[in-house]
Amino acid sequence: MIGQRTHKIVQTAPTMVFLAVFMIAPLVLMAYVSVLERGAFGGVAWGKLTGVAYEKLLMEHDLLGNLVFNGDYISIFARSFELAAITSALTLAVGLPTALYMTTLAPRRATMMLFLVTLPFWTNLLVRNFAWILILRNGGQLDRFLQGTGLTRGPLDILYTPVATGIGLTYSFLPFMILPVYVALQRIDPRLIEAAFDLGADRLRVLTRVVIPLAAPGIAAGVVLVFVPCLGAYVSPELLGGGKSLMIGNLIEAQFGASRNWPFGAALALVLVGVLLLSLALLSRLQRRTRRTP
Amino acid sequence: MTAAIGISAVRKTFPGAEHPALAGVSLDIAENEFFTLLGPSGCGKTTLLRIIAGFETPDAGELRLGGVAMGTTPPNKRSVNTVFQSYALFPHMSVAANIAFALEMLGRPRDAIRARVAEVMRLLRLEGLGDRRPNQLSGGQQQRVALGRALASAPKVLLLDEPLSALDLKLRRDMQIELKRLQAETGITFVFVTHDQEEALTMSNRIAVMRGGAVMQVGGPAEIYDRPADLFVADFIGEANLMPAVLVDRKGPQGRFRLTGSDALVVANDAGTIGVGEPAMLMVRPERIGLGPLNAAPCDVGVIALRVDALAYSGSDLMLHGALADGTRLRARLSGAAAGDAAVGDTVELIVPPDAVRVYRP
Repeated sequence: MIGQRTHKIVQTAPTMVFLAVFMIAPLVLMAYVSVLERGAFGGVAWGKLTGVAYEKLLMEHDLLGNLVFNGDYISIFARSFELAAITSALTLAVGLPTALYMTTLAPRRATMMLFLVTLPFWTNLLVRNFAWILILRNGGQLDRFLQGTGLTRGPLDILYTPVATGIGLTYSFLPFMILPVYVALQRIDPRLIEAAFDLGADRLRVLTRVVIPLAAPGIAAGVVLVFVPCLGAYVSPELLGGGKSLMIGNLIEAQFGASRNWPFGAALALVLVGVLLLSLALLSRLQRRTRRTP
Repeated sequence: MTAAIGISAVRKTFPGAEHPALAGVSLDIAENEFFTLLGPSGCGKTTLLRIIAGFETPDAGELRLGGVAMGTTPPNKRSVNTVFQSYALFPHMSVAANIAFALEMLGRPRDAIRARVAEVMRLLRLEGLGDRRPNQLSGGQQQRVALGRALASAPKVLLLDEPLSALDLKLRRDMQIELKRLQAETGITFVFVTHDQEEALTMSNRIAVMRGGAVMQVGGPAEIYDRPADLFVADFIGEANLMPAVLVDRKGPQGRFRLTGSDALVVANDAGTIGVGEPAMLMVRPERIGLGPLNAAPCDVGVIALRVDALAYSGSDLMLHGALADGTRLRARLSGAAAGDAAVGDTVELIVPPDAVRVYRP
């Protein structure tokens, strides 16, 4: 048995070392930075401990020097969660029908579709978001198309708004929804769908009672894969949202850049990680419960 | 009375297939009948079942359910439910939810559904398993849930696609009886698909024997067994001794044949349309053959001398195997008492009664 145990340790060692060096250590370092005083010229004052960074999340000093509540950062968090949730919902709304359609294709055409779905990954994310600027700006392709067909009058004015950010995020994260949902749908035994039809279910109820529940693990995986990176998204809000309405990602970036407040940036990042872990734990718990009840 | 299921000249060829899956099948299945589609794999029986269920549409011909032409009516609009070979139970639902599914689709009130589910579970001896998931059940229990799920909405027709093939022999026997009981109690028309001729004989009111997309014979079990319409049916159902022979002379319907494999003469009560001097194939069931007296006169009609080369004892009876001079193999099933002390290497005389012989054109 000892042999087997050593075997296990040897086998997992590379992963363990990698995780320790590139994940645990940076996290610990960040936690440490978050409780330090900020340096006078950027960076941090090593060794001087303070909780100011966390205080700043909720409070601010008013003109008289009193500590008062400040909801600005909370609202940035809320806005980011909202956008991530909307993006998840939109990618699901687009991705589920796409994945359903793909399962009806002959194997060769399905492979082709899978390739097309992953095609955007071949181009840099930045470039793709720039492309969306050209499409969404006033006088861009979308604007000209809508005005040309008479659907809208006057300029579109959606670039540098949350709408543009939402479009960009949905576009960027769509493959992360389609792929796991497609895999889950493909694994459904087609005879179950036949059985549901046979027992009197129409198409809609086959979908809601059999297909979607059976694809739920894939849908959950897709939602996590979209929601989590979406929360920290930086490129789309910056380029398409014009950086006007701050998201967490941009806020954190600013702390390490222009604002030169490393402790606050580290604190924000840590809180984000904490909130994410908490919501993931909640999600998996919810899943386990729905699996148990009929 | 209109037939529960009326199938007329139904044809179906799958794209890319060389031969049609169904080459013009016509059948009438009565209400409250236990009807079996029997045939080797690839004979079209499952295709026919899927056409009745609505999963496939025929290329030509017509399907009527309760007198109404189905056309392209989808499966969910037909009062026909299927018990699938793989059961196809919904893995994400409890046993009770599986059974309730069809009732919910019909929009029955909650209380009615609950009562009906309880009733079906009692009927199928599934009490106390309502909260289980299908993967927590044994094969036999899953089979009963699949049956219950299909029966719950009291369809006019229940289709069963080799539902017992995954069960072991003992369970299979039990389920055969159970299915008969259910069919009698519910009064639902059962269409049962199997390739197991014994199962078909045990359970059915009527059997359709299929081959290559066509129905070879339709009839009750005794009729199909005793009077098979052709050599294929004769060979497929039960055990059959097939002996090539030539008609020597005939008196009315009765004919006297000389076996090609030996000089023995065999009389058949019904020689059919075979003319004198024409070849024929004689079929006799092994259990219809008797053991003759050891010193019978060699030219006696209906007596075949056979050299025994194997004996298989199975408790209730003894199967005697041997070959004629030309290698034609014969089997005789003798009751233990009648077998006497026949031993391997002996030459025995087998008596073939004239009413046991069936005559076919080779």
